[in-house]
Amino acid sequence: MMRRFLLLFALIVFNATAYAVEPDEILKDPALEVRARSISAELRCLVCQNQSIDDSDAPLARDLRLLVRDRLKAGESDNQIRQYLVERYGEFILLKPRFATDTIILWGAPFFALLISGFFVWRAAQRRGALSRSDVPLTDDEKAQLDRILANRSQNR
Amino acid sequence: MIIELGHYALILAIMTTFVQCVFPLWGAVRQDPWLQSMARISAFVTFALVLLSYGALTYAYLSSDFSVANVVLNSHSTKPLIYKISGVWSNHEGSMMLWVLILVFFAALVAFRGDGMPERLLASVLSVQGAIALAFLIFIVLTSNPFLRVGDPPSDGQGLNPILADPGLAIHPPLLYLGYVGFSVAFSFAIGALIHGRIDAIWARFVRPWTLIAWIFLTLGIAMGSYWAYYELGWGGWWFWDPVENASLMPWLMGTALLHSTIVMEKRDALKVWTILLSILTFSLSLLGTFLVRSGVITSVHSFASDPGRGLFILGILVVFIGGGLLMFALRASSLRQGGLFAPVSREGALVLNNLFLAASTVAVLVGTLYPLVLETFSGAKISVGAPYFNLTAVPLFIILLVLVPFGQSLAWKRGDLLGVMQKLLFAFGMSVLAVMIIFAFTIGGPIMAPVGIGLGLWMILGSATDIFTRIWPLRFDIGVIVARAWGLPRSAWGAALAHAGLGISVIGIAATAWGVEHISITKAGEKILVGPYTVALEASFKRSGQGYREEGARFLITRDNQSLGALETSKRVHAGREMPTTEAGIETFGLGQLYASLNEILPDGRVSVHLYWKPLVTLIWGGSLVMALGGALSLSDRRVRITAAERVSRTTGKSRGAPA
Repeated sequence: MMRRFLLLFALIVFNATAYAVEPDEILKDPALEVRARSISAELRCLVCQNQSIDDSDAPLARDLRLLVRDRLKAGESDNQIRQYLVERYGEFILLKPRFATDTIILWGAPFFALLISGFFVWRAAQRRGALSRSDVPLTDDEKAQLDRILANRSQNR
Repeated sequence: MIIELGHYALILAIMTTFVQCVFPLWGAVRQDPWLQSMARISAFVTFALVLLSYGALTYAYLSSDFSVANVVLNSHSTKPLIYKISGVWSNHEGSMMLWVLILVFFAALVAFRGDGMPERLLASVLSVQGAIALAFLIFIVLTSNPFLRVGDPPSDGQGLNPILADPGLAIHPPLLYLGYVGFSVAFSFAIGALIHGRIDAIWARFVRPWTLIAWIFLTLGIAMGSYWAYYELGWGGWWFWDPVENASLMPWLMGTALLHSTIVMEKRDALKVWTILLSILTFSLSLLGTFLVRSGVITSVHSFASDPGRGLFILGILVVFIGGGLLMFALRASSLRQGGLFAPVSREGALVLNNLFLAASTVAVLVGTLYPLVLETFSGAKISVGAPYFNLTAVPLFIILLVLVPFGQSLAWKRGDLLGVMQKLLFAFGMSVLAVMIIFAFTIGGPIMAPVGIGLGLWMILGSATDIFTRIWPLRFDIGVIVARAWGLPRSAWGAALAHAGLGISVIGIAATAWGVEHISITKAGEKILVGPYTVALEASFKRSGQGYREEGARFLITRDNQSLGALETSKRVHAGREMPTTEAGIETFGLGQLYASLNEILPDGRVSVHLYWKPLVTLIWGGSLVMALGGALSLSDRRVRITAAERVSRTTGKSRGAPA
C-alpha cells in the first residue's frame, strides 16, 4: 500500500505535465458532461492536498476524470460510479462523506449545536419572562434609569 | 553583530514577558499598586525588544546576509525589495516572529491607551497578554529560531517559493495576523475580568474597539487571501473550504458574534457571561488556526511553510490557554452578575439569534475541518470532508441568518414591535422580491439560485437603507432636518448599516457566480471563442524571461461587437531553482465582472489549450468585504469609542452612567 503511494507520489512530482480538465476529455453529450463535472467536483484528487479531481492538474486526477466519463458512457448511474470508486479507493475519495455510523457526529453536529443552544436560549427567555412578569414595583433607582432611557430615546429620534 | 543583537533581544524579551506576566498578576491579586504598575512598563519594554529583534531579522533579509540559515532558505540576492521585506514572514520562523511582534504591539497599545482603566483590570489584562507572548517567545527560541547561522555561508540564497512571491503575500499574512492576534486582547480582557471578578458596561466599552479592530483586519485579511487564491492558484475559484481557509473563517465567525454581543453588553448590560465565553472562544479559534497552519497537521493547499515536529509545542500552548481560559470561566463565571432584562422580540433577542446562528455555523466549520483528523486518530478510517459538506451545513445557516439581519437591525431595544418592523421593511422586502422576479424573467432557463441570491443581497442592502431612512426621515419632508439628523446619527449606526450592506454586496457577487461561463478549448490563432458577452481570440503564444523566472504563455485579444477591448495574457511560469511551474492567470475587469484565462499548455503544433471564464459581478465578492471593513472602521471612529469610557465617566459626573446597572 505504502509503496504504491510512494510510486504514485513519484509519478506526480516528476511527471507534472497534465492539467485540470483538458479539452480532449470533454464528452460529446453535454448532459453527460454536466453529470461528469458534478461527480468530479465531489471526488477528491487522492494525491493532492485538498482539491477535487475537477480542479487538479495531477495525472491521477486526469485518469479518474476519464474513468468517470467512461463509466458514464457505459450508462452507469452517478451512484454506481461513486460506489465503484469507493470500493477501489476507499471513502477517502468522497469529498462529501456518506451518512454512516462513523459520520453521524459530523453531519449531526451543526444541527445539534443549533438545537441545544436554541433550547438554552429558550429556557433563559422563559426564566426572564417569569422575572419580568412579576409585580414588584420599580425602585427609585430603576425609575431614574427608566427616565434616562426615555430621555435618551427622545433625543435619538 | 546585528543578528546577534536581534537574537539577544529576543531572549531578553522572554525575561521581560515573564516579568509582565507574573508581577502584575501578583499585584492584582494582592491589590498592590506598585506591582501592578510594572505591567505597563514591561509591556513597553517587551515591545521595544521584539521590535528590535524583528528589525534585525528584516535587516538580515535586506542585506542578503546568507550566513543566516533562514535567509538562505527563503531569500535570494536578486529578489525585489518588497519580497525581501515580505520574505521575512513567508516562512515558519519569520511568520511566528511577526505573530509575536503583533501580539506585543497590541499589548503595548493597550498599555498606552490604558489611562483611566481600572489599574487592577489593566494589570490583569497585560499579565495575560504577557503570558501568551511568553509562551510563543519560548516556542520561537526553542523550536523555530530564525537567527541560527550556517557554518559555511553559500554565495546566494535558495529563493522564495514562487507561489509566495506576489504582492498579495506582502499584505495577506500581516492583515490576517492583525486579526488573529487582535482577538487576544478580547481574550485577555475576559480573563482579566474573571480575575477581577467584575464585568459591566464599562468593560464592554473598553473591549469593543479592540474587537472591532481585530475584526476589521481579519475581514480584510480573509478577503485578500481569497482574492490571492483566485488569481494565483489559477483555478478561478475564490473559496475552497480548505482547512487553512476555515482556520481563518472560524475566528471571524466567532469574532462577528462577539462584536454583536459586546454591543448588547455595552448598551444594555446583558449577555455578560456569554460575551466572556465568546471572547475566550474567539481567541481559542485564532490559536487553533495558528496551530492548524503552523503544525501542518492537516493536509491542505496552504501547507507550504509547515513542520509537524513543532506541532506538539503549539498544541501544548493551545491546551494551556484554551483549557486555562475555559477553566477560569467555569470557576468564576457564576460570580458575574446577570444584567438587564429583555423581551424575546427585541434588538437584544435578535442579537442572541445572530449569535446562535454564528455559533452553530462555527461548529459546522470546526467539526468539518477537524473530523477527518479525529476519526483517523481514533478509528484509523480515512475520510474527506470537502466543499459539499460545508455547502450543506454552514451555508444554509448563513442564509437563514442573512434573511433575519434586516429584522434585527430594525427592532427596538428591550421590547420590539415585530409587526411595526415588518411594516417598516415592507418596501425593502417588496423591492427585493420584485427584483428577483424581474431578473428571473430575463434569465429564464438559467440557474434559479442567482436571482434568489441577488434578492437576498438586495434585501440586506435595502434593509440597512431602511434602518437609516427611518431614523433620519422626519414626518414632514424637510431637507434641513434630514441633514441634521443624518449628521447627528451616531457613526456606529452608519457603520452597522454599511457593514450589513457590504455583506449584501458580497452575497450578490457570490450569487452571480452561478451565471459564470466556463470554456475549455484547444484553440489556434485567430479562432474566435465566445465567452459570455465577449469574444476572445488567440493572438500568439510567446516565450520570455523575467526577473528570476522564464515563462511560456499565450496572448488573447478581447472584442465585443467588433470593438477591441484589450488583451489577456496567461502563462506557465518556471522559477529559477524550482521544478513545478506556476499558472499565471490572465484577468481583465469589465464593469463588475471579469474575464479570466488560465493556460493548460501550449501544444507542439502551436495550438493552445486553455480555460476561459466569464465571471459576471465577481468583483462584488471582495468589494463587499471592503465595504464591510469600511463599516467597521466607521463604527470605530464613533465618538463613543474615541473618547475612552473613563473620560466619559468622569465627564458625566460619576455614578449615574458608568456604574453597573
